[in-house]
Amino acid sequence: MSDVLTAPRSRRNIELVLLVLALAVAVGANYLAGIGREEPFSDYFWSMTLTLGLMSLFIHVILRFRAKYADPVILPLVVALNGIGLAMIHRLDLSAASDITPVAPQQVLWTAVAIGAAAVLLILFRDHRILRRFTYISLIVSAVLLLLPLTPLGLEINGARIWISVGVGTFQPGEIAKITLAIFFAGYLSTNRDLILLAGKKIGPLQFPRFRDLAPMAAAWLVSIGVLIFQRDLGSSILFFGLFMVMIYVATSRVSWVLIGLAMIGVGVFVALELFSHVALRFDSWINAFSPDVYDRAPGGSRQVVQGLFGLANGGLIGTGLGEGRPDLVTYANSDMIIAALGEELGLIGVVAIVMMYVILVSRGIRAALGTKDGFGKLLACGLSFTIALQCFVVIGGITRLIPLTGLTTPFMSAGGSSLLANWLIVALLLLISETARRPAPTEPMKDSFPEALGVNGKPVKKRPEKEATR
Amino acid sequence: MNQAIRSAWVVAIGMFALILGSLTYVQFFQAQALNDNDWNSRQLYQDFGRQRGAILVDGRAIAESVPSDDAFNFQRVYNEPELYAHLTGYYSLSLGSTQLEDKESSILSGTSSSLFYDRVVSLFSGVEAQGASVELTIDPEIQQLASDLIPDGQRGSIVVTEPSTGNILAMVSKPTYDPNLLSGHDTAIIEENVAGLLEQPGLSIYTNPATQSLVAPGSVFKLIDAAAALESGKYDAESEIPNPPALEFPGIEYTLPNFVTGGCASRTTADLKFALEQSCNTPFAQIALDLGEETIQEQAAKFGFGEELTIPTQVIASSFPSDLTDPELAQSAVGQFDTRVTPLQMAMVASAIANNGQLMKPQLVKSIRAADLELIESPQPEVLRQSVSRETADQLTDWMVNVVDNGTATGAQVPGVEVAGKTGTAEVSATGDNAWFTGFAPADDPQVAISIVMENVDIPTGQQLTSPSAKRLIEAVLNR
Repeated sequence: MSDVLTAPRSRRNIELVLLVLALAVAVGANYLAGIGREEPFSDYFWSMTLTLGLMSLFIHVILRFRAKYADPVILPLVVALNGIGLAMIHRLDLSAASDITPVAPQQVLWTAVAIGAAAVLLILFRDHRILRRFTYISLIVSAVLLLLPLTPLGLEINGARIWISVGVGTFQPGEIAKITLAIFFAGYLSTNRDLILLAGKKIGPLQFPRFRDLAPMAAAWLVSIGVLIFQRDLGSSILFFGLFMVMIYVATSRVSWVLIGLAMIGVGVFVALELFSHVALRFDSWINAFSPDVYDRAPGGSRQVVQGLFGLANGGLIGTGLGEGRPDLVTYANSDMIIAALGEELGLIGVVAIVMMYVILVSRGIRAALGTKDGFGKLLACGLSFTIALQCFVVIGGITRLIPLTGLTTPFMSAGGSSLLANWLIVALLLLISETARRPAPTEPMKDSFPEALGVNGKPVKKRPEKEATR
Repeated sequence: MNQAIRSAWVVAIGMFALILGSLTYVQFFQAQALNDNDWNSRQLYQDFGRQRGAILVDGRAIAESVPSDDAFNFQRVYNEPELYAHLTGYYSLSLGSTQLEDKESSILSGTSSSLFYDRVVSLFSGVEAQGASVELTIDPEIQQLASDLIPDGQRGSIVVTEPSTGNILAMVSKPTYDPNLLSGHDTAIIEENVAGLLEQPGLSIYTNPATQSLVAPGSVFKLIDAAAALESGKYDAESEIPNPPALEFPGIEYTLPNFVTGGCASRTTADLKFALEQSCNTPFAQIALDLGEETIQEQAAKFGFGEELTIPTQVIASSFPSDLTDPELAQSAVGQFDTRVTPLQMAMVASAIANNGQLMKPQLVKSIRAADLELIESPQPEVLRQSVSRETADQLTDWMVNVVDNGTATGAQVPGVEVAGKTGTAEVSATGDNAWFTGFAPADDPQVAISIVMENVDIPTGQQLTSPSAKRLIEAVLNR
């Protein structure tokens, strides 16, 4: 297995420059969103500017002290995405009826909470490998989180039972379960990959695993189906299953697992289509979106996706400009459909820029996975990064009618505290893992050495604290 | 493991490539089709969400957009709706828009290219782009008076213009309606209101009758015959034309009679002055037969027949028929058969004669002002053409003064003012006639040209509703 070279430079100053750029984008977007309708320098504008500015600088300072070598691109990307999301949510507030509580101030509050939580995580965990100790605790936490909405605490909103009531508001525990499940999978797979890889029958060119090693995969499949059945949340079940698929593939490098997984997805889709009317309706409103009886059907009509397409088309290549379109005509414009809103007002050019930010973010996460040397970190970083990509694919693919529409948030942009919090925690984890990937191996002072040479032959001078499953 | 991570990355990039592809497909390749989709009300919402400019009469808004609390942000409101309905038209979610709301839409909504500079300014200043206002040439008092002169329940139109500029001072038609009924944001209510309005007899909510309904002109068309006769050079004030009680045509039973009880019967020959004064049919029928169909048609065209106008609302073309047999030509020449005119067309004939033969383009818009009241455009008087020579115009004016002084239009006399006019009655149905008055005043310095038509009335009622109304309108304009 090849190692990846990264020059061990801190790059914190580059991060600061990029961060200032990202804040300029965020503040500029919020200014533009405000000018059409009111005094641009509203209370909201200042609270947003101060919150995003101070909190991201705070994270930056923490990184300077606690994770000096962390990837310098991740934080600015996420700040820019979060800021653009805030601008669009604010803009949609402004065109909403005056008796509806604005969403953006709440999102600013959640931004502060989410970045704060990411900071706490960075301070508490100097090294992501500590998390490996929580492998089975993570499993239990995941189970509890996923079951919470089914308890009396749970709330059913728009047909999906994925929320719980937490006094001040609602929370989607499934968002956090995404992380704890990733931690469990990474811990379990990095420990047991040899068993999974070597035990079992070989049929033809494919090495099949033993059934007992297959158990977690079956469990993941069941969890996905369970989320689908009991919580009626197609998006999350796709996400959980995709997360597990990519992690087990990365752990084993075996295509056979992907094939088994795809077969299970096939069975799952078939079962879901047969058994659950809401899945069948979504499928129908995807295929026949432009048929009149499907368009106006309630529930499960295609009005939302068709209106989203109209919005995107209205934006065209260069967009209507922030505040100049009518993204408010699309239901859930500020959460599930925020990409349609951005596509309308920023145009194809703007939305491609946003997608490219996700591409870079995911790629930097994958880079961290490649660079870190412990299997746990590799799996965790790869799984979390892939989840972001998968989530973007499911959301934007659904909005553009590439695939059926499922209710999922767009990471960092959609209105919703749980999603924002979970994704910022993922960012903190990716930053931690990238730090171990890029940090120069602790060495005795060496004579006549190039820093780059350190990783090449890969002989760490000090013993690693954990046993390496990767080598 | 790294190789698998790289594969996972390739899959992730593949997914991003797919969504970039589908975004490009929707926003670029499919965009036009989606924008044109019937379900796509976005353009409509966008227009309705804009603060549309006002339509103004003498500085007062007769149509304006006021903030509303629904998804559209603004509601179009018509003040004095019934008085101006046929001019403003309506701005409706489900019916589209008509008249000025339609023709001046790009100005009112602020999307016109002439407002480009204002849009750029508002882009940078952050002030919401507002549409420009359209100020009309209408005089509100004359408009009100004209409206009062058409009794409720009577179908009719009155057009008052200023001959030297073509400016329209009043343009009313009845029955009328309330455009507010059609401009709400609830399509169900609009549908209900439309159904109610369509039940009203004679009401047209889609068109402006003064410019878009064609009516038989009857004897007012004789002004055109007289003009053609003078312009041809074959006739002058001295010409004596046979004036039989009825005109017979060889081979068929049809005869074209003069009005039996009128003054025509007193003479067997008539000069043009007398023929106009008493509105005798047979002399004009003979002039038309003598000059031929094309000559009449050409003279009519010089007054604007056969020509669509935008003022900026649509004026449909008035028509004089072609390929006529002799009896048909004789009938057409006295404004019957297939001769059809808009009320505005007859005001144009009177205006051209009043303005020394020069026909000005009718104008309904005085100025266009940006939201900050800056003048963007003010249409200048525009000459359409010389309809008749100055001499012909002077001669026709003399004869028309005589019609008011001694003839059929005595009801239009205004003390101390020389009024020129011509009446007309077109037999269109068993139930009634179209009664007309066309004229101008003062004859030596015309300030106002008038065209009045009352449809489907008996003769005495028609006389009551035309010439005396002209008198009151002339007085009102001259006393402004």
